[in-house]
Amino acid sequence: MNKFIRVDMTTLNVTTDEVPVKYVGLGGRALTSNFVADEVKPTCHALGKNNKIIFAPGLLSGTTAPNSGRISVGAKSPLTGTIKESNSGGSFSQKMAKLGIKALVIEGMPAGDKFYIVKIDINGVTIEEAPAEILGGCGNYKAIEVLSAKYGQKVGIALAGPAGENRLPSANISFKDPDGNIRSAGRGGLGAVLGSKKVKALVIDETGAGAVPIADPEKFKAAAKVFAKALLDHPVSGQGLAAYGTDVLVNILNEAGGLPANNFTAGRIEHNDCISGETLNATITERGGDGKVSHGCHPGCVIRCSQWYPDKQGKYITSGFEYETIWGLGADAGIKDLDDIAYIDRAMDDLGIDSIETAVAIATAMEGGLLPWGDGKAVLEAVNQIYEPTPLGRILASGTSVVGKVCGLFRVPVVKDQGIPAYDPRPVKGIGLTYATTPMGADHTAGYCISGNILKVGANIDPLKKDGQIEYARAMQIGTAAVDSTGMCLFVYFGIADNPGGYQALIDMINAQYGIALTAVDVDKLGESVLKVERAFNKAAGFTNAHDRLPEFFEYEPCPPHNVVWDFTPEEIDEVYNF
Amino acid sequence: MQIKVKLFATLRENREKEMMMDLVQGATPKDIIERLNIRAEEAAIIMINGRGANSDQVLEDNDTVSIFPPVGGG
Ligand code: SF4
Repeated sequence: MNKFIRVDMTTLNVTTDEVPVKYVGLGGRALTSNFVADEVKPTCHALGKNNKIIFAPGLLSGTTAPNSGRISVGAKSPLTGTIKESNSGGSFSQKMAKLGIKALVIEGMPAGDKFYIVKIDINGVTIEEAPAEILGGCGNYKAIEVLSAKYGQKVGIALAGPAGENRLPSANISFKDPDGNIRSAGRGGLGAVLGSKKVKALVIDETGAGAVPIADPEKFKAAAKVFAKALLDHPVSGQGLAAYGTDVLVNILNEAGGLPANNFTAGRIEHNDCISGETLNATITERGGDGKVSHGCHPGCVIRCSQWYPDKQGKYITSGFEYETIWGLGADAGIKDLDDIAYIDRAMDDLGIDSIETAVAIATAMEGGLLPWGDGKAVLEAVNQIYEPTPLGRILASGTSVVGKVCGLFRVPVVKDQGIPAYDPRPVKGIGLTYATTPMGADHTAGYCISGNILKVGANIDPLKKDGQIEYARAMQIGTAAVDSTGMCLFVYFGIADNPGGYQALIDMINAQYGIALTAVDVDKLGESVLKVERAFNKAAGFTNAHDRLPEFFEYEPCPPHNVVWDFTPEEIDEVYNF
Repeated sequence: MQIKVKLFATLRENREKEMMMDLVQGATPKDIIERLNIRAEEAAIIMINGRGANSDQVLEDNDTVSIFPPVGGG
């Protein structure tokens, strides 16, 4: 990958350069975060002309390495005001890598109201006016159809949905998956940044591109084989995720008393089996039709945690129906009908809006009296107002923090203005440290301590106790920052956490591809350096240790059934980043 | 003593998802796992009253035991 492309939306000029030397060894999150730290003014307005947005495939993307097709997107976040990296599946990353593109940056902003398409192919990059029919409230499913008809059924697409066009803080970037459905770089409002630059979509066509060069193909092949075997041999990555999807977590978090319910006022629900992974699997199987129990979000995924959820007639409703979305709507907002939840999930994908942020915002809006508790039909009607958007639609698409303010609430589950996802930090203390300290704002994927706290993968730590959590949250964040730079889906972690050979195979693949000799220590150092760069950006943007705190109500509202509070001291929390 | 037993994911195949079991004093989750013909490695996660537990922890009357195969997500 030797091309570094800049699209200047002020002048509508494109330049393609050699990759700057300091970025040559980087990919994915390591590249996007270093770039944002180098070139974006930390105090800029995220929707102003000085923000820049960067798309970068991971180090292994485009190769035959299993699960290596994640794309990282980076910018300053309009939701949190921090640096942001959000990654997604779909086929965009592999196509960029095959075209030899290390990164594509969009900067500046045009003067007028016109929206544009950035078209990338073997001949370079062109900027065209966006077709009128996909603008002004056209949903993503339709827009993908129109763009695929215009540019070719096999092209990759990244787009700002109606929420992104309107620069709403929860807007995501939606990526076309190999079947024309939707995956998302969900968190942190990056779709609003794309919308602010008047880019409706990026379309990529790799026709004519060769294979990604591999320095030592034999070594690569051998390592990829070991790696694939590690993934397939582990019961979670090999079978569990394919059978039940991530939604299998509903029941285990519920049993552990860590499933946040009714806007974080309890840790357990009674209707868990209305929304559980077991029920999801049984419903898909029973309904048949378009339904698929397992599905991969990009070619080369062997874990296949995604699925197609059909309606009663067997017609496709939604895919990539994730635990966090189902939790947010089903437990935190109390909607008991999985079909209602599926239609809301579809609407959120179609609008291009983060389904975690929006689900948490909806539960907060229920507490604030804006929506009736547990009413899936009322929620769908309200979410549909984001297409226009009406004032209520704008409020819901502005995230949990804004909803909490509009409703005058103190129980507002956010860190750095990003909604807290599906694991209560009081009874699952490790994840609370990740929420508090990651440079991303509350984000479970930044250091998934559920693994060692609840799932007994990689560690076995009592979730209700503080012992060992600080070191664990630190190690998980460092490891994640490294994995996010490889292009690997995070779920490979389950296959390699307790299998040193699998982890070594991951490093061996990188070494074989680039003809280098990284060690496990180097990979750790890479993770550490990414976190340090991100944190330095946040500091320059005005964030201090005092922002690394959970909302105060967690300290004085005990969470039933274990009736525990959040009890890490500020000094203890600050230890997480003492490295 | 009376113990509530809850099973999840693949452990529900050909078994009730929830049942009451009458066990002798001193019984442990291991006794339940054996009685239900669950292979030891299938019982990857055990909770007693919502807290992580080992298979040899002694149960008390009215305890709830939840048993999971290896599961993950995120
Ligand atoms: S495991 Fe799931 S999220 Fe990861 S690459 Fe496969 S389908 Fe996508």
